[in-house]
Amino acid sequence: MSETPFLVLSAILFTIGAVGVLTRRNALVLFMCVEMMLNATNLALVTFSRVHGNLDGQVTAFFVMVVAAAEVVIGLAIIVTIFRTRRSASVDDASLLKY
Amino acid sequence: MFADVTFLAAEPHAPVIEPAGADGVFSLLWLIIALPALGAAVLLLGGRRTDAWGHLLGVATVSASFVLGLVSFFGLMGRGAEERSVDQFLYTWFEAGEFRVDMALLFDPLSALFVLLITGVGALIHVYSVGYMAHDPRRRRFFGYLNLFVAAMLVLVLADNYLGLFLGWEGVGLASYLLIGFWQHKPSAAVAAKKAFVVNRVGDIGMALGVALLFATFGSTAFTEVSAVAPEASDAVLTALGLLFLLAACGKSAQVPLQSWLLDAMEGPTPVSALIHAATMVTAGVYLIVRSNFIYEAAPVAQTAVVVVGAVTLLWGAVIGTAKDDIKKALAGSTMSQIGYMMLAAGLGVAGYAFAIFHLLTHGFFKANLFLGAGSVMHAMDDDVDMRHYGALQKMLPVTFLTFAMGYLAIIGFPGFSGFWSKDKIIETAFSENLVVGLAALLGAGITAFYMTRVMLMTYFGKKRWDRGVHPHESPKVMTVPLVVLAALSVLGGALLIGDWIVKWLEPVVGHAEHHELSVAPIVLTLIIVAVVAVGVALAWFLVGKPDVPREAPANVSVFTRAARADLYGDALNETLLMRPGDRLVTELSEFDNRGVDGAVNGTAAAFAGLSGRMRRWQTGFVRSYALSLLAGAVLVLAVLLVVNLA
Amino acid sequence: MIAFWLLAPLMVAAALGVLFARKAVHAALLLAVVMIGLAVLYLVQDAPFLFAVQIIVYTGAILMLFLFVLMLVGVDASDSVIETIKGQRVLAILVGLVFGLMLVLGVAQVSLGAATGLEAANADGNIQGLADLLFSRYVIAFEFTAALLITAAIGAMVLAHSERLKPRLSQQEMAAQRMRDYADKGKHLGPLPAPGVYARHNAVDTPALLPDGTPAEASVSRVLAARGTVRSAPRLADDIEELTRRLNDDGSSNIPGEPDATPKGPIEGDPSQQQSQTRDEGEEQ
Repeated sequence: MSETPFLVLSAILFTIGAVGVLTRRNALVLFMCVEMMLNATNLALVTFSRVHGNLDGQVTAFFVMVVAAAEVVIGLAIIVTIFRTRRSASVDDASLLKY
Repeated sequence: MFADVTFLAAEPHAPVIEPAGADGVFSLLWLIIALPALGAAVLLLGGRRTDAWGHLLGVATVSASFVLGLVSFFGLMGRGAEERSVDQFLYTWFEAGEFRVDMALLFDPLSALFVLLITGVGALIHVYSVGYMAHDPRRRRFFGYLNLFVAAMLVLVLADNYLGLFLGWEGVGLASYLLIGFWQHKPSAAVAAKKAFVVNRVGDIGMALGVALLFATFGSTAFTEVSAVAPEASDAVLTALGLLFLLAACGKSAQVPLQSWLLDAMEGPTPVSALIHAATMVTAGVYLIVRSNFIYEAAPVAQTAVVVVGAVTLLWGAVIGTAKDDIKKALAGSTMSQIGYMMLAAGLGVAGYAFAIFHLLTHGFFKANLFLGAGSVMHAMDDDVDMRHYGALQKMLPVTFLTFAMGYLAIIGFPGFSGFWSKDKIIETAFSENLVVGLAALLGAGITAFYMTRVMLMTYFGKKRWDRGVHPHESPKVMTVPLVVLAALSVLGGALLIGDWIVKWLEPVVGHAEHHELSVAPIVLTLIIVAVVAVGVALAWFLVGKPDVPREAPANVSVFTRAARADLYGDALNETLLMRPGDRLVTELSEFDNRGVDGAVNGTAAAFAGLSGRMRRWQTGFVRSYALSLLAGAVLVLAVLLVVNLA
Repeated sequence: MIAFWLLAPLMVAAALGVLFARKAVHAALLLAVVMIGLAVLYLVQDAPFLFAVQIIVYTGAILMLFLFVLMLVGVDASDSVIETIKGQRVLAILVGLVFGLMLVLGVAQVSLGAATGLEAANADGNIQGLADLLFSRYVIAFEFTAALLITAAIGAMVLAHSERLKPRLSQQEMAAQRMRDYADKGKHLGPLPAPGVYARHNAVDTPALLPDGTPAEASVSRVLAARGTVRSAPRLADDIEELTRRLNDDGSSNIPGEPDATPKGPIEGDPSQQQSQTRDEGEEQ
C-alpha cells in the first residue's frame, strides 16, 4: 500500500499538535498536544520502516516512546511543583523573562 | 675602477685625486673628531659630578683637536699637489646588498681649512664661554653641547661620502636646537629652537632625496667615486641633484627661501650665535656646494639657481639688518647677507669656489669677533640687547670697542683688512660673469657698510642712553683675549690671498679656472667698491650718527623700514603659504576623524543599540509566543528545503 | 487500507477535538482516541510489537498519568475562550495552516518507489527482528535510554518532593486549632456529615437532610456539586411518600414494613413483588 496517506496523516496530526501548543493556555493540555506531535512522528517513522524494508524505523519509534515517557514524567512533576506554589496551571503566568 | 691620477688642468672638469692611505701623522685623524665627542659624552653623561671642571674639559678637547688639525694641515702642506688627499678608513657603517657605506675620513685641502676654522675659532669661543657663562648654573651642560656641536661639524667636513656628511649635518642640527633653546625656561627660546629645527628639516628633505638619488644613479655616495663618474649621468639627474643639494644648503645656511629661522636663533647665548650661526654651521651649506663642485659643473641650471639664491639673499639679509635695533639680530642679518656672498661665489663656478671659501674663512674670523664683541657689550649692559639703550660705550669698554672696530672695518671692506680682500674678489668674479649679479653684489656692499656703521654709531658713539642702574664695565680677560685674537685674524686674514695661495691650495679639489678678463681694470673696480662703501658709511653718519638716536623706536616710518623691521615679511609669507593651510588641513582632518570616522563608528554602535532596543520587545515572556516564533522558523526551513528540492 | 480510511478521519476529528475541547479531561480522552487509532495503524503496517507497546505504555501509562495530574491540579479549572496575547490566535492559525500545507505538499512530492514491505525483516517474527537490532546496532542507545529512565524517575521524585515548610502539627494542636476556628468563625467542629442514606439510594451523590428538611451541602463532594450531579433529597423523599400512600391504599397500616394479610396488587417499583405477583396471578388463573 502506498505510504503517502500515512505520511499526510502524520503531517496533519503534527500540525494540529503544533497549533494546539500555540493556542491552549492550560499547561496540561499544551503538554498533551506535544505528545500528539511525538505520536505523529512515530507514525511517520513506522511508515518509513515499512517503505525501506528494515526495522530501524520501528526501533527509533520505540526509543521515541521511551524518551517521551521519561519526558512526560518530568514535565508533569514540574507542572505539579509550579501549581503547588502558584495555584494556577496557566502557562501565561510564567512570564518573568519579559524584557 | 677609476684612473689613478686624473689631474686635469685646463678642462672645466673637476679633478679627481685618489686619496692616499692615512699613515704617519694622519693616522690620528680620527682623534680630531673623537676628542670633542668624548668630551661631550663625559660632560653630558657624567652629570653634576663634572660641574666643577666641565668647562675646562670642554676647552681642552677642542684645543687638542686644533693642535692635531694644525699638525695634520702641515703634514698635508708637506706633500706635493698630486698627493694632497688622505683617506682614513674607520669601519664599514652598513652594508645591504649592493649598498655599502663606510665610515671613512677624507683629509684634503678643503676639509683641512674647515678643520682649522672649526677647531681654531671653536677653541677661542670655548675660552670666551668660560667667562660669559660663568654665572649660569648649567654651564657644564653648555660645554657638553658645544663639544657635541664641534664633533658633529667635524664629522660633516671630514666625511668622505655624502651619507657621513649627512650624519654630521643632522648632528649639527641637533646641537643647534639644543643650544638655541639652552635657556629652556624662556618660551621664546624654546619656540626659536623648534622653528630652527623645523625649517632645517625642510632643507634636510633635499639632502635625503639627493643622497637617495646618488645611490640610485651612481650606486655610491663617496666623493671620489661619484666625482669620477658624474659627467656620465644624464642632465636631468645632475640638475636634480644640484637643486636638491641647493635646497639643503638653503636650510642649513639660512638662505632665501628658508631664511626665517636665523634671526630667531639669536635667542641662544651669544657664544652659540658666534660659533654656530656665524662661523661654522651656517657655512655648511657652502661647504656642501663646493664639495659637490663636480655636480654643479655639469649642471648649469643648478649653478644659475645657486647664483640667484645667493644674490637675492645677500640683498635680503642686508635690508633686514638696516632696521634692527637688537644688536644680535642686526649681526644675524649681516650673516645671512655674507653667506649670500659665499653662495654667489660658489655658484659662479670654478672661478668662484676658492673665493667663496676664502670669504667663508675671513667671515668666520670677523663675524665671530663681532658677535663675541656684542656679547661683551651685553655683558656690560646687564644683558640688554637693544642698541637704543646703548651709546657712548667707547670710553667704558675700550678693548671691546677696539676689537669690534677691527671686525667692523673688515666686514665693510676697508682696504687692507681681510674682508676687503675676500669681498673684493667675489665682486670682481661676479662682474666677470654677469653684470646684473655684479651690480647686486656691489649694492650689497654699500648696504653692508650702512648698517654696520649704524651699529657702531648707535653702540659706541653718541650720547648715553643707558637704563638706570646700568654700570658698563669691561669684560674679564678670559673674554677679551679671544676677542683680541679674533681681531688680529680679522686684520691679517687677507694674508691667505698672498700669491693666490688659497686658490692654488684648493685647486686639487675644485680645479683650475680660466682667467676671465674684466671689462675694466681690477684697480678701477676696487676704487668703485671703496666709493660705494664710503657712500654707505656717510649715509649712516647723516641718518644715524648726526641726529640724536631716540630711545624708543619711532612708530611712523617709511614703508621700507616697516618691511625691514618685519624681516621683509618672510615670516608672514611662511605663515600664509604653509602654516595656515597646514593648520586648516589638520583641523579638517581632525574634524573628519571626529565627526566622520568617530561618527561612523559611534553611529554604528547607536544603530545597533536602537536595533536591539526594538528587538528586545520580542521577549514577551510568554512561552506561547516563543513557540509561535519556533513554528515560523520551522516554516522557513521547510520553505527553503522545498525550494531547493523543486529547483 | 480500509482500516486506514476508516480510522484516519476519526483520528483527525479527535485531534481537532483536543484542540477545541474546553474541559481538560475531554481533551485527554480524545487524545486517547488518537493514540489507539495510531496503535491500529501500526498493526496495519506490520508493527505488532509497537501496536502493543503503544496501547500499554502510551495510552495506558502516559495518558493515565496525565489524567492523575489533571485531577491533582484541578479538574474543574477550564480555559477561558478569550485570547490574552494580541494576535496570537490569528497568527497561530495562519502559520499553522501554512506549515501544514507545506508539510503536506512536501510529503506528497516525495516518491520513494514501491514499498519494500517488512516480510523479510519480520521473517523470524517482529519481536526477534526488533531485538536483533536493539541489542546489536542500537545497544548503546538502549543503555543510555535505561539511564535516562532512571534519571527521570529520580528527577520526578526530587521535583515532587515538597519541603515541610511549617512544623508538623500534632493531634493536640489540630484539635486546638479546630476549637479556635469554631470560636472565631463558627466553623463546624467535628467531621463532615456523611451523605444521606436512604432506602432506595445511599450513594455519595445524595445529600443528608438537616433537621428542617433542607439538604446539608457539606455532606456532598463539591466536585459533584460543581458537576451538577447531586440528587435532591426531597425528590427521594417524595418517592417514599408515594410508596407509603400506596401501601395505605391497600388497607394496610400506616406503619411501613408491617406485613399485610393479603397483598392486593402489585407494588410499584418492587421487582420481587411484581414477579411473585405475576406468578401468583399465573397460578390462580
